[in-house]
This record gives sequence, structure tokens and C-alpha cells, in this order.
Amino acid sequence: MRAARALLALLALAGAAVAQAHKPSDAYLALSVDASGISGQWDIALRDLDFALGLDGDGDGRITWGELRARQPAIASYALARLGLRADGATCTLRPTAHLADTHSDGAYEVLRFVADCPAHPASLEVDYRLFADLDPQHKGLLRLSTGGRTRTAVFGSGRAQQRFELAGTGRAGQLLAYVHEGVLHIFGGYDHILFLLSLLLPAVLVRATGSWRGVATLRQAFLEVLKVVTAFTLAHSLTLSLAALGVVSLPSRLVESAIAASVVIAAAGNLLPYAERRRWLIAFAFGLIHGFGFAAVLTDLALPRPLLLLALLGFNAGVELGQLAIVAVFLPLAFALRGTWFYRRAALVGGSLAIVLVAAVWLIERAFDVKL
Amino acid sequence: MTRPRRTSLACFAVCLLAAGAVHAVPRVPAHDDEVLEQLPYRADDPVTVRLRAERLRLAQEPGNVRLAVHLAREYLELGRESGDPRYAGYAQAALMRWWDLPAPPREVLLLRAILHQRVHEFTAALSDLTALIGADPRNAQALLTRATVLTVQGSFAQAAADCRALTSLTEELVASTCLSAVAAVSGDLAGSRERLRAALEANRSSDPGLREWALTTLAEMAERAGDAPSAEALFRAALALDPADPYLLAAWSDFLLEQRRPREVLALLESTRRSDALFLRYALAEKAAGLASWRASAAELGGRIDASRLRGDRVHLREEARYALLLGGDARAAFALARENWDVQKEPADVLILTASAAAAGDAAALEAVRDWLAQSRLEDVRVRALVGAP
Repeated sequence: MRAARALLALLALAGAAVAQAHKPSDAYLALSVDASGISGQWDIALRDLDFALGLDGDGDGRITWGELRARQPAIASYALARLGLRADGATCTLRPTAHLADTHSDGAYEVLRFVADCPAHPASLEVDYRLFADLDPQHKGLLRLSTGGRTRTAVFGSGRAQQRFELAGTGRAGQLLAYVHEGVLHIFGGYDHILFLLSLLLPAVLVRATGSWRGVATLRQAFLEVLKVVTAFTLAHSLTLSLAALGVVSLPSRLVESAIAASVVIAAAGNLLPYAERRRWLIAFAFGLIHGFGFAAVLTDLALPRPLLLLALLGFNAGVELGQLAIVAVFLPLAFALRGTWFYRRAALVGGSLAIVLVAAVWLIERAFDVKL
Repeated sequence: MTRPRRTSLACFAVCLLAAGAVHAVPRVPAHDDEVLEQLPYRADDPVTVRLRAERLRLAQEPGNVRLAVHLAREYLELGRESGDPRYAGYAQAALMRWWDLPAPPREVLLLRAILHQRVHEFTAALSDLTALIGADPRNAQALLTRATVLTVQGSFAQAAADCRALTSLTEELVASTCLSAVAAVSGDLAGSRERLRAALEANRSSDPGLREWALTTLAEMAERAGDAPSAEALFRAALALDPADPYLLAAWSDFLLEQRRPREVLALLESTRRSDALFLRYALAEKAAGLASWRASAAELGGRIDASRLRGDRVHLREEARYALLLGGDARAAFALARENWDVQKEPADVLILTASAAAAGDAAALEAVRDWLAQSRLEDVRVRALVGAP
């Protein structure tokens, strides 16, 4: 019993210590600009809201969730009236969508989520931040602005109430890099592209002679084969990626995703049945067209403003190629070194291809019939 | 009997986990009666009620400079007592109408200077104080504040001039404390101790707040002279006059930590962990006492420091440097912070952290620079001397 009480006391102390530190007043504003428009989350200290609006209904010095809940409409109208967003010069209307609670290093915060009705895909965003400007000029608003894979931060306060952010145009290099990054992530994140490429590359260090595999004589031979496959794949997917991203052609995503799975099956099966012999670059090109549509879906999901599209296309594609090159750079020396071994010819080529066929077949069924296996 | 208790213990484990996770995601609390925040004041507290009424009156009479100054002074005092920086913002808000004027009323100018000083904007503070003293050369508070800022910046001759100007304007103890505080860090520690002791003796009936300040100042001098018994007696006498002064608590804790008495610091600061400066001492004491809990405290303190960096604050560089050196174990980072701090302020505590971090980082050039500063300023401090190995 005594142990339990000691534990209770400890917990009370720990709780009190965590909840209350002395810090000047800060609020955390996160704005995100994406396909659906602009949405925000604003974390405002209960201590500050109490000073401004009075939250402590029963006056006992403690703020309960019930007391906070009762004041949520007042909080939303008070706070949102002190935040101005202008997209390309047009004022956005802010609407609260949810109220939650959170804890930061100095205590409890109201979490106000909202959406902003703005013109779509603005090229610039002006933020006018005046929360508590009249009550506590030392209050700071710490902004995190996320746009198309890029995040920047800014501090608002007295003397710095208005700031303008270029969402397109300036910082091209940074944006380009962000899309390159996105492209690299995509090729490593989507196993279907890697497996497709690997299936076509696995036999590149071998030649089939009288029904059995033999290692190629020189690295140059292997390199030329890899170059053919990779170039064909790149040309094809760049072509369809551009066409789809620019809106010239569009295909239903379920069809594209299913066809990508099928392409992996066909590419891997080609290592087991000799139909692909010497024509792997053709497979790479034909199915590369399909993979390009798959890459384009990522860009469409990012919902890029028109002026950003070409930049994004360029960066994203460059990222995909870089990812591919990295795979080749690891694969080629390793495969060339192992090409003469039983392990490579049986376990890696035959076993690996078989495994890839199975995995991709599962994807194909899942995607084509929209089921989970 | 056993069953309900086991359930409640299980609930505790879960609640504890939940409490640890609260930082991660915004949530909807399960119950309306869940307490989210404990305010530092009650809504029916007389001070809270009075200040709220004064704020409302000021809103109705926005041009009432006397009311505004009165309100700002009250918030400044609350801020000093509690160490809570929000009150400085409230004080500034009361002065808003005059804040950006090039030549506001004198009372506003003084408070604006004090507010600048609190956030270590010393240049802005000095410019306001110089304007004020130019218009009102007999303004004791302005002279004292300017002497303090100049001492912090290491401009000892100018600071001493301001202290001397105070002599005919205010109580003897104010001018004596001011003057000996400057002399004690610029070449005359022993004489300053003697004179301040005599002044305290001669002014036994002075205001307790004033005596507390003088006693704290004298205690710090004794500490720098390596006279621990005197320092302890003086700190205790000051604490008897104001046991809650955050500056005094920090200085006394530093003394106890130096004397390797961390347990006393833990007992002293248990209830004052809200203040970053005092929480730092608490965490240092936990570590010195060999308590494993210091790691959790250090992590929390690190979170607070990160939060203040996010807002762009550079107010607590000295504390940040101590954190990096003694809790973060990063001598290089500590030295960089101590250097940056040194460009702004040059009190003994700033010399001490600069020296300690330079020694830990093995930066011989920096130690040489400290030796130069000691020779030039003639600062006497046994702790610094031990670190630089100066005679």
C-alpha cells in the first residue's frame, strides 16, 4: 500500500514537472499547400488563450478539457480573425475543422485545425500573423510551411507580422533538388521498378549457349548489355512520364499498376523461358512506357502548380535515373564477379527470377482485382 | 480487495505510457474533467483580479500614461519574482501606445530600457537610458540601470561614474552596492568587500529588498575570493530576507554545486523547476548526486532550449553553454556558445563558462585570450584562476 502511494506521489511530481516550464509565449503554425488546397494546424498555449479569452470557467486555476471544449468556438473565431492568408493576392477564407489538445515543452496547447479556401495552386502566399499582438508583443508565431515536398520555416512577431512566400519561381534550385530527391525516393520505395530492372539485368553478365548459361568473357560485353536495357527503359519511361504529367495522355491508375505488375512477371519469366533472349532491351522499352505512367502518378498526386510542372518533371526524372544508376553501379560489378559461380547461375538467376515471378504475380492479382492477398 | 487495486495499477502503467506519448500527437482527451493545464494563478486571486481590472481600464483610457506605467511596473515585478518571461510581454503591451515613439514620456523610456535589458538587448537599453539621463540627470533608477548594463558589458570606468553620480541622489547603500559591485570585478575585490560590509553595517534599517541585493552581491564577492564560509553566511542572510528571488536562488545553487553539496540544491529547487535557469541547476545537482534521473531532466531541458532556439532567442546563451558542457558533454558546442555569449556580456559567470569550456575543448588560444582579459580587467576569481592556471 505504501509503495503504491509513493508511486502516486512520484507520478504527480513527474506530471507537474513536465507540464510547466517557463517559456515566452510561442504558437506553432503549420501550413501545408497541396492538391486539396491549403490546410493548417495551429498550436496555441492554453495559458495564452486563458489570458486573452478566459478559459478557466470555474476559476480554480486549472483548465480541463471540458472548459476548453466549451470555449472552442470562441477560440477559433478569435485566432482565425488574427491570421490572414492571401494566395496570389486574393484573401482566403479560413474555416476551423477540428479541435484537439497537445503538450509542448511548457504545457498544454489547443490544437486548432483549419482549411483555407484559396485560389488553387497559388504562386505566392502572404501570411499576416497578429495573434496576441495587442496582449503580448513578445509572442512569436513559428511557421512551418510545406509545399510540394519542401518545408520552410519562419518566425512571426511584433515588427514581423507580414511575410510573403514564393511557392513557385524563386528558389528554383532548391525545388529542383526536392524533386530529384522525390524521384530517388520513388525508385527505391517502389519495389516493382527495382524488380523489373533487376529481372532484365540479371542475365546481362551471362550468355546462353546450347541451352545452358555461361559467363560473358569481358566486362565490356556485360556493360553494353546493361547500357542497352537501361537506355531503352529510360527513354520509354521518360516519354510517357512527360506525356502523362503534361496531361497529353492519361490512363486509369488501376490499369497502369496492374500492367506494371504484369511487366515484372514477364521480365522475370524471360530468364526461365528463353523467349526474351537478346531482346531484353525491347521488353525494357515496351514496358518502360507503362512504368512511365506509374511515375507520373506521383507527380499528379503532388498536384503541382502549372509553372512548376516542367521543373518537377525534370527533377523527378533525374532522380529516377540517379536511383537507377545507383542500382546498376552496385549490381554490375557484383554480378560480373559472381557470373562464373553456380550460385549466380542457379540460385540468383533461376531462384531469384522464380521468386520475382511469384511476388509480381501476387501484385498482379491484387491490383487487377483490387483484393488483398 | 486485490483485484481492483491491480486494475488501477495496470491503468497507471498505461496512463504513464500515455503521458509519455503526449508529445507525439495531438489528441482528443477522453474525459471532460481531464486537467490539461495548471495555471500559475487563480482567476479569483486578488492580484489577478486587480491586474485584469487595470487592463480593462487601460483599454478604455488608452492614453492614460500613468495607468499604463503603473500596470507595466506591476507586470515587471511579477516577472522578476516568478522568473516567468510572459510578464515582460504583458508589461510591453501596456506600453504599446508609446513603445515605438523616438521620444516617449520619461517613465516609459525607463521601462522600455529595463525591458530591453531583460532580453539582453543592451545596445537598445543603453540608448534609451542615455536619452533619459540626458533629459533627467538626477534619475537614480536610470543611472543604476545603466551602471548595471555597463558592468555586464565590461565598461567598468563608465559604470563606476554612474554609481558615483548616485551618491547624492539616493540611499547610501544603493550607491555603495553599485560602486563596490563594479570595483570588485575590476581590480579591487578585497577593498570592495570591506566597504560593502561596512555600508551594510551602517544601513541596518534599509529596505529589506535593497539589503537582500547588497548581501547577495557581497556573497558573490566572497565566493570569488574563495572565502566559502563568509559566502555561505551572506547567502543565508539574503535568503532570510527573500527566499524566492530567482537570481539569489541561482547564485546560491551555483555556490552549493561548487562546494559539492548537490543534495541541498535538490531540496532547494524541487518546487522551482519551471524556470529554465533554476532547472539547469537542478539537473546539474541530480547528476552530481549520482541520480539517474539527470538524464530525463537533461532531455527535457534540451527540449526547452530547442524551443527557445526556434523562436530565435539568444537570451540564455550562458545557460545553454553550461548545458552543453556539463549535461550535453559537448565541449566544442559549449565553447562556441560561450564565445557568442562573451560578445554580449562579460560578468564573472560569463568568464567562468568561457574558461571552463575553452579548457574542456582544449583551446589554448581562447585560454590565452581569457588570461589577457583577466590582466586587462583585473577580475579576481579563484574559480577562473584555477582553470587558466594564472598566478
